[in-house]
Amino acid sequence: MQVPLELDERADDYIRHYPDDQKRSATLPLLHLLQEEYGYITEEAVDWVAMKLELEPINVLEVVTFYPGLRQTAPGKYHIRVCRTLSCAMAGCHETMDKFCEIAGIDRSTVSHHNPIAVSEDGKFSIEYAECLASCGTGPVCLIGDDFHESVEPKDVKGLINKYD
Amino acid sequence: MASVKYIKGKEPHKCEYRMIFRNVDRQGWDPSIKSYLSDGGYKELKKALKMKPQEVTDAVKASGLRGRGGAGFPTGVKWGFIPPNNTKPIYLICNCDESEPGTFKDRYIVHQDPHQLIEGMLISCYAVGAKVAYIYIREEFPEGAKILEKAIEEARSKKYLGNKILGKNFDCEIYVHRGAGAYICGEETGLIESLEGKRPYPRIKPPYFPAALGLYMCPTIVNNVESLCHVKHVIAMGGEKYAQIGTPRNTGTRILCVSGDVINPGYFEVEVGKITMGELIYEVCGGLKKGRKLKGVIPGGSSAKVLSAEDSYKIGTGDSERVIGIEDIPMDFDTMAACGSMAGSGGVIVMDDSRDMAWILNNINTFYAHESCGQCTPCREGSLWMKKITDRMISGSGVPSDLKTLTSIGDNIAGRTICAFGEACAWPTQSFVAKFPGDFIKHTKPRNARKQLNPESKIAAAGLKT
Repeated sequence: MQVPLELDERADDYIRHYPDDQKRSATLPLLHLLQEEYGYITEEAVDWVAMKLELEPINVLEVVTFYPGLRQTAPGKYHIRVCRTLSCAMAGCHETMDKFCEIAGIDRSTVSHHNPIAVSEDGKFSIEYAECLASCGTGPVCLIGDDFHESVEPKDVKGLINKYD
Repeated sequence: MASVKYIKGKEPHKCEYRMIFRNVDRQGWDPSIKSYLSDGGYKELKKALKMKPQEVTDAVKASGLRGRGGAGFPTGVKWGFIPPNNTKPIYLICNCDESEPGTFKDRYIVHQDPHQLIEGMLISCYAVGAKVAYIYIREEFPEGAKILEKAIEEARSKKYLGNKILGKNFDCEIYVHRGAGAYICGEETGLIESLEGKRPYPRIKPPYFPAALGLYMCPTIVNNVESLCHVKHVIAMGGEKYAQIGTPRNTGTRILCVSGDVINPGYFEVEVGKITMGELIYEVCGGLKKGRKLKGVIPGGSSAKVLSAEDSYKIGTGDSERVIGIEDIPMDFDTMAACGSMAGSGGVIVMDDSRDMAWILNNINTFYAHESCGQCTPCREGSLWMKKITDRMISGSGVPSDLKTLTSIGDNIAGRTICAFGEACAWPTQSFVAKFPGDFIKHTKPRNARKQLNPESKIAAAGLKT
């Protein structure tokens, strides 16, 4: 896999954060770089990180498959994460989730533990539940890309989607 | 204190004692180093660098500061566990994985006052002899990670980071390391594995106490964001003076995060133990919604055992022993433990009488089933079983024996795992079923009373077809 030069340099910067004989520590930072660039972690990306850090690809793959924050399938242009955990659930996050799906045209019926992300037909939006986004006082909350939104009631969803559409 | 003005509508409650959150929601404040320096920032670092490292540790010990991440272990004592004859590099890690449901305090420190954290970390690094520190920040704070990286750049350009800090013989670097969305990374040894680039499987203690065998098998101190910020204030006022805030053995302030069924949820920094549960809910948070009664409270993050509003609690020993209601429980580490729960991470989740506790527990069980790292069998299997049973109960297929089964699964996880996740996932089930049995019984029907199964599901139930 050929990555942009700038990304390669940023990867080298991250590797320098750790002792010379502990390059493996840069696994997560490098995977984040690739996910930001390509939207998700491909097989080639796993190989690239392994090559860069002098590891076996399995050492990288086991990390990718463990963490919910690393995606193995392509998300939509805007990826939505709705907090599912207690305080947000008490504040009505399931209704918010339903509204997001209705307005963005997403069918979540195929979602499973190993395939948590559902994408709209036009590929513009994708959605998944996240566990506790740590803003329990202002639930329901969600992340759209890197943007954080608080108190997202079903009535607010349309306006929010329009902002990104 | 009086000179600080807050954004309209976000003023602290009069019960609050703002120390760590002094600059949160402050008028005209931003997370830049300019704001911080104009307010006397990095003054405490200068003061600390004039002391001997051991003197800094002694001040933290004298302050009685207890870790704010969940376990409430004395910070100064933790620092003292680094082997005295150590020759390996020493690391400091800031645990900014804030992932306990109900807790949302570190978010505001990182987003609004990052330099307070960096100053606290630098003082702590100096005390324990660490030249490199990492801030392990959860992946769900992408903005926070950028703010911290910028703050570190700013601090470096002002020579608060790097070599020969402030002209003293003290070198230190801080790096931001982003997690990837796993709750278990809040467990310190899991966090260390994650930082090493592996799956975050917690290590067994002993022998892997981080202060002796931590990151890269070197002595490592892992402290919570809030605890590290407190270090700055300990240096500012001196250990003994700091110890006068709060109550004996429960010193200082702590940030309580209230969510759930109250009128005004939010974060409130109070002196430890100086406020009761009732004052917190009814005065500070504006009480419950109209016409509602208190049913239960989870006092320290979702893994803390639930307290029922119906119960009475025995606190104190000897002559000072007394029986109190839930509203009179002081919010401190020791009393909360005496009441059979824990002050944990300060996340208070309030539930009123409109809530079905089986539904609440099912939500919590779903969380723990998703977040178990899978290393120990009792936790990996048990957390999922508990979730499956509560799932089944709230969808109308519960049986009377489910209560016993749930409790028995919980009993068989707690104490049988490498890390405290086992207890964290068992305690909610054990306590909810014990304290609110009625809410669970109403979801059950004897097996023979369940509706007639159709032929197809009969075959499936008999295991003939799956």
